[in-house]
Amino acid sequence: MTINEIKNRIKDGSSARSIVEDSINKLKANSDYNAAINLIEERSLKRADEVDGGKIQGKLAGVPFIAKDNFLAFGAPTTAASKMLKTFDAPLQATAIEKLEAEGAICIAKANLDAFAHGGSTENSAFGPTKNAFDKDRVAGGSSGGSAVVTALDIVPFALGSDTGGSIRQPASYNGVFGIKPTYGAVSRFGVVAMASSTDVVGLFAKTVEDVELIMDIMSGIDDKDMTTFPDYFKVEESVKPNQRIGLISEFMSSGVDKDVLDTVNNYADKLRSKGHIVEDVNLSMSEYALAMYYIITPAELSSNLARFDGVRYGYRAEDADDLTELYGKTRGEGFVTENKRRIMIGSYVLSSGFFDAYYLKAQKARTLLINQFDELFKTYDVLIGPTAPTPAFKLGENTTDPVKMYLNDIMTVPASLAGIPAINVPAGSNEQGLPIGVQLIGPMKADAQLLALAKSMEDVQA
Amino acid sequence: MYFMTQISRDDLLRLAQLSSLELKETEIDGLMSDISNILGYVEKLNELDTDGVEPTYQVTGLKNVWRGDEEINYGVTREELLARAPESVENQIKVPKVL
Repeated sequence: MTINEIKNRIKDGSSARSIVEDSINKLKANSDYNAAINLIEERSLKRADEVDGGKIQGKLAGVPFIAKDNFLAFGAPTTAASKMLKTFDAPLQATAIEKLEAEGAICIAKANLDAFAHGGSTENSAFGPTKNAFDKDRVAGGSSGGSAVVTALDIVPFALGSDTGGSIRQPASYNGVFGIKPTYGAVSRFGVVAMASSTDVVGLFAKTVEDVELIMDIMSGIDDKDMTTFPDYFKVEESVKPNQRIGLISEFMSSGVDKDVLDTVNNYADKLRSKGHIVEDVNLSMSEYALAMYYIITPAELSSNLARFDGVRYGYRAEDADDLTELYGKTRGEGFVTENKRRIMIGSYVLSSGFFDAYYLKAQKARTLLINQFDELFKTYDVLIGPTAPTPAFKLGENTTDPVKMYLNDIMTVPASLAGIPAINVPAGSNEQGLPIGVQLIGPMKADAQLLALAKSMEDVQA
Repeated sequence: MYFMTQISRDDLLRLAQLSSLELKETEIDGLMSDISNILGYVEKLNELDTDGVEPTYQVTGLKNVWRGDEEINYGVTREELLARAPESVENQIKVPKVL
């Protein structure tokens, strides 16, 4: 159900309470997907009553949504899918949630994720994995897996996620929904549990481009609580630019990529051509190095960001520690999952004196080369396209024993993250087993609305 | 495809200590090989000539973003924050002995 359909139901006399109740009941009925960690029942029904009583108004009055559980929100704990924050009661709400609530939206639940958003399958959750909306033996993708699945199952019209290296786009691809990673700084990250500060962005999942546009329009803009935010530049494009030059990234179309994925992308390219756009093969040779940069830069940043979880001021505290050092070690040892520890230690390694130049500085220089290549391509091309992920959703447990193999699923999403440029997943088809396949559209800095306009112009020709 | 960057048990325990992480015995072998593999994978960057290239730490060209030197009201009281500490006494957070 889209946002407009919900608004029409309310206009036709349905109560916001009945709409919120329907969403909550549907979420409960689908609990076997393990897509949500906590329900926000009491608060959301109270807000629905306030919509019905006319006390709450706005563009989203009575529209239910679900937020990834690394967004601070009232009414239920904010866990980040970790034991560390299992009972953490947020004292304030994320700016993104505040902006949506100011327009009358109602957050009914918190979605499952990889603990602290570390992962690409939602299997690293301390609350168990989320299952794919199309096949319960397969992963939801991640780290925003729960948000993708609740959108795909039509429990809510949209769900919030965060994307550091593909955490919105990849699960969107695996579950057949739209997902946007906006330009870095488009949406405030205040009140979202930080992972890697130089690539973290807030975005969303929805069933239609129109809904993505509406929510982006509401969420984006400057926030004095997140100094990286831009003054609001996001403006919905009324029409799509004709005869665009579109680059199909050759490196993403190699023989190692699933054949159905290649076919789907080629098919989408043909449809773009049929709309009058020019699609040509382009090279982004630095993309081959993006994952290596990513697995230096993000562990470095997240190891610093996660230093705050120490058992002192909030969150989990281990028992029986004799001194403060032991308290830190035990609390962190027990409160983090193994993937958190793996990444924190890699971060400590690459930042340690003697290794800094060889790893962190090297990666940040390589990042400049990647950004230069993108800049060069965007002199000629309006948009770049390719797959969002090399395969459709893989089986639960298939990649959990080899982190490098797991990380390779992010190979097509990390380049845009490192460059800070906008990228969206467009659901573009499915394989014989019915597993969804997505196409990724990548644009230059601040071209978020143009990417969405292009995707919208293609909705009539989608599979 | 991976280079060899072998992390020893001692290296791993040193990293854990630097990171304030007490590891379970059952995690150690796995983390040793995983971290070795990941560090091996990222050595791929050595193929690139980055001499004279400026590093990118911030992607949108921001330098320092200043704000006025004034109190920002986050709408949260001291009591509300202290209530979230695992242990507090007389408006202060309590921890075990430091030394």
